[in-house]
Amino acid sequence: MNRTSCDLAVVGAGPAGMAAASEASALGLRAVVLDEKPGPGGQIYHAITAPRTAARDAVLGPDYLGGLPLVDAFTSSGADYRSGATVWQISEDGVSYAGADGGGDIAASRVLVATGAMERPYPLPGWTLPGVMTAGAAQLLLKGSGLLADDAVFVGTGPLLYLVATQYVNAGARIEAIIDTANPAAKWAALPHLPMALRQSGYIAKGLRMLARIRRSGTKVIHGARDIALEGEDRVAAVTWQQGASGQRQRLACRHVFLHQGVVPNPNMTMAARAAHRWDEAQACWVVDRDTHGRTSLPWLLAAGDGAGIGGAKVAELSGRLAALAAAHDLGRLDAAAFAARSAPLIRRVGAEMAPRPFLDRLYRPADGTLAPQDEATILCRCEEVRRGAVADAVAEGCPGPNQLKSFTRAGMGPCQGRMCGHSIGAVISELSGRSAAEVGYFRLRMPVKPVTLGDIGGMTHAQKEET
Amino acid sequence: MFRRFDEAAGPIVEIVVDDRRIEARLGENLAAALLAAEIEPFRTTPVSGAARMPYCMMGVCFDCLAIVDGVPNRQTCLETVRAGMVVERQNGARAPGPQNGGE
Amino acid sequence: MSEPDYMIVGGGIVGAAIAYGLARSGERVALLDEGDVAFRAARGNFGNVWVQGKGATCPAYADLTRGAANDWAEFAEDLSTETGIDLHFRRPGAAYICFSPEDLAKRVAVLEQSNANARIKSAFEALDLADLRQRLPDVGPEVAGGTFCPDDGTANPLLLLRALIKAAKDLGARYLPHHGVTSVARDGAGYAAETTAGVVRAGRLVLAAGLGNARLAPMVGLDGPVRPVRGQIMVTEKVRSFLACGTNFIRQTLEGGCIFGESVEEVGLDDGTSLPVLRDTAQKAVAAFPLLRDVRVVRAWGALRIMTPDGVPVYQASPDGSAFVVCVHSGVTLAPFHARGFVDNLISGSLPPDRFSAFSPERFHVQTV
Repeated sequence: MNRTSCDLAVVGAGPAGMAAASEASALGLRAVVLDEKPGPGGQIYHAITAPRTAARDAVLGPDYLGGLPLVDAFTSSGADYRSGATVWQISEDGVSYAGADGGGDIAASRVLVATGAMERPYPLPGWTLPGVMTAGAAQLLLKGSGLLADDAVFVGTGPLLYLVATQYVNAGARIEAIIDTANPAAKWAALPHLPMALRQSGYIAKGLRMLARIRRSGTKVIHGARDIALEGEDRVAAVTWQQGASGQRQRLACRHVFLHQGVVPNPNMTMAARAAHRWDEAQACWVVDRDTHGRTSLPWLLAAGDGAGIGGAKVAELSGRLAALAAAHDLGRLDAAAFAARSAPLIRRVGAEMAPRPFLDRLYRPADGTLAPQDEATILCRCEEVRRGAVADAVAEGCPGPNQLKSFTRAGMGPCQGRMCGHSIGAVISELSGRSAAEVGYFRLRMPVKPVTLGDIGGMTHAQKEET
Repeated sequence: MFRRFDEAAGPIVEIVVDDRRIEARLGENLAAALLAAEIEPFRTTPVSGAARMPYCMMGVCFDCLAIVDGVPNRQTCLETVRAGMVVERQNGARAPGPQNGGE
Repeated sequence: MSEPDYMIVGGGIVGAAIAYGLARSGERVALLDEGDVAFRAARGNFGNVWVQGKGATCPAYADLTRGAANDWAEFAEDLSTETGIDLHFRRPGAAYICFSPEDLAKRVAVLEQSNANARIKSAFEALDLADLRQRLPDVGPEVAGGTFCPDDGTANPLLLLRALIKAAKDLGARYLPHHGVTSVARDGAGYAAETTAGVVRAGRLVLAAGLGNARLAPMVGLDGPVRPVRGQIMVTEKVRSFLACGTNFIRQTLEGGCIFGESVEEVGLDDGTSLPVLRDTAQKAVAAFPLLRDVRVVRAWGALRIMTPDGVPVYQASPDGSAFVVCVHSGVTLAPFHARGFVDNLISGSLPPDRFSAFSPERFHVQTV
């Protein structure tokens, strides 16, 4: 088992983690970065250090390649980077991880969780069928292996859905249709936030260009679809939906469906650490409580990047730097004046980058009924195959919330540890009990924050080496 | 079905999936390589025996599990292709202990 | 609904079993429970219907346990029929695993003493490693042997709790979650409980609030001599069945996951986990069953058990038979007793000394000089 110690242990090598490690190293802190992937970059810059092609670079565009300077700075920062490392435990003493090197314990004065976002699980009938994946998953296949699937149907809403569709169009894939589930009224609700969004005008312009590109390609975009269901036996074979208020049920045959309903922080690690969290109504998700520098309710724990609140890659990078400054300052390695001077421009830039968020949050807010599906047979917990009807039965019996529900139905007990059902179960309980999502609460999570073997936990791994 | 729209430089290696030899790119994502080779499904669930394939590709959904080099329940979306890798599809619950195979 | 005959404070397995039993006997019952986040011992329970060694120093407890275990099959069948919920009750016996010959010898002595004193006998076998492997082939070489008792069984404590609450509700009991009780007091001829959702009144009061009994019982002149004892528990991913019977610290559920843990910590009301204990627990599980080394742990948590000073239950009635307190840490094993025999005593308004004197909290008063 490996043992080492550091000032700052960073979990995640996406934009926030890379920026934090670079900044911390520049400030003279010893930083160790642990990440599950084989290379740095996180989801946004997935496989950016792997062999690429000019064709793929052209499809993925300048926002993707814009990650290269950050990656280069990180790899030359001197931070101790461990890839393929699954962190399963964090505490005031540091972090424990499992990995091909045998895993180990890293003592750390501060721990920064930069584990990023995940796509909001979108439970609808048939979403567990082979051939159904998230739009983000399709994009990761494109980034890492240049894989495309023709004649896919994209279902949902959000900037990433349209980004992936645009990349598909640019790569020459045929898209069967895009079914946009956004509530048409969302446009009006978003409108008051548009002036503020235009302060960061590049973002909105980019979005408009994407929509124009999709329109020019002749791709069918369907609005006003309700009660969407995926059909198939061994594999998805069709998407069906109700069009308009009284129209008949529509059907589109397909072999691939890509789902997306926006992104939410992956809350498991900060929750398992028992940091305070709050319900964010604007983004309809749980987020860790933190200050401008990412300090949480626990003195040893910081959080940065999309895992601490959705802001996108630029904000993630800035928040990573701020967290590194806070760690350096709080460990007595950066005086108050320097801390303030270095923080101020970063905080200003975060403010500017966040300007479009209220507009986007309103525009792409999941429509009613997408977070809490109505169909009784829809699976909510993919691991334990718990359907909405079973959840509703338990709630009718008086089950007071997600934790008792977990006990009574096994929802959330599987290997994904509630990541795929936590938010939708909260939404269903909220709807059925008439209590707000904030009152209903979330699963109480514990270590291990990912499933690891008894050998890993017991420190009895096959590869063993000692460091000091 | 997924197709490769480009081909990055790098060696092509063979891996074995349920006694079938498939080509994969050294260092690429294992789940991607299996999808490119039209391996379907990846596994069946321990609860109902339902077929599953990758859903998230980023390590959170646990639907892309397979037995990789004798170790069951590996997340193939977090594995990297190595020459001579042996992958077995997993039917239902894993057996306890290290092993070579589903049923 | 008019004022209930009984209010039961505590919606865990003990309180729900009593509520179910009272409702079955035609009493009007309100079952007061906390919200979603509670120190719910059921969630930390192994689900062992455990006989061997229990009550070794207290024959009355041994008999109580053995009687309840013998009633479990019929109880489970009734409750499953009433609710449609399978409790996963099985009675394949269980092994107590010993890591040294000395431990095994001590264990055998405990079981022999227990049998000598108890009225209801319970057979057991002492097994060396080879014999133990006849029953549990995957036991590791560090194990010295164990004892096996055919009277031990297993059930799913979470499904048991769900079934008890559902059955009680179906029989007309009022189940009141989000009614955490802050105080209880005499109120005319009956009792009033201040809760987080208002005042609840009833003719009679049953305190089955687990650790909450320590605070609530003195408010009505009763004793709740309990303290929390934390056990850190882990559960694995589903694996194919390999444990044919239960053991003292690891059990395979019907779903396939293995649940294990045997740490004992006095840490107050902290239900967290800690790396050193998780590490020890994992090492011990692998020592007992080496094939678990490559099995993944999906969940771990700290469970607070409800412990009396001597580990023996406390049952107490007020002098006028209108208020009762129950402090036990084996709510699963004793569920048939709480739902049946004990309910008869509640209704009659007294706990007959021939059966209950051994469980009176007065036993803790004797030494105070």
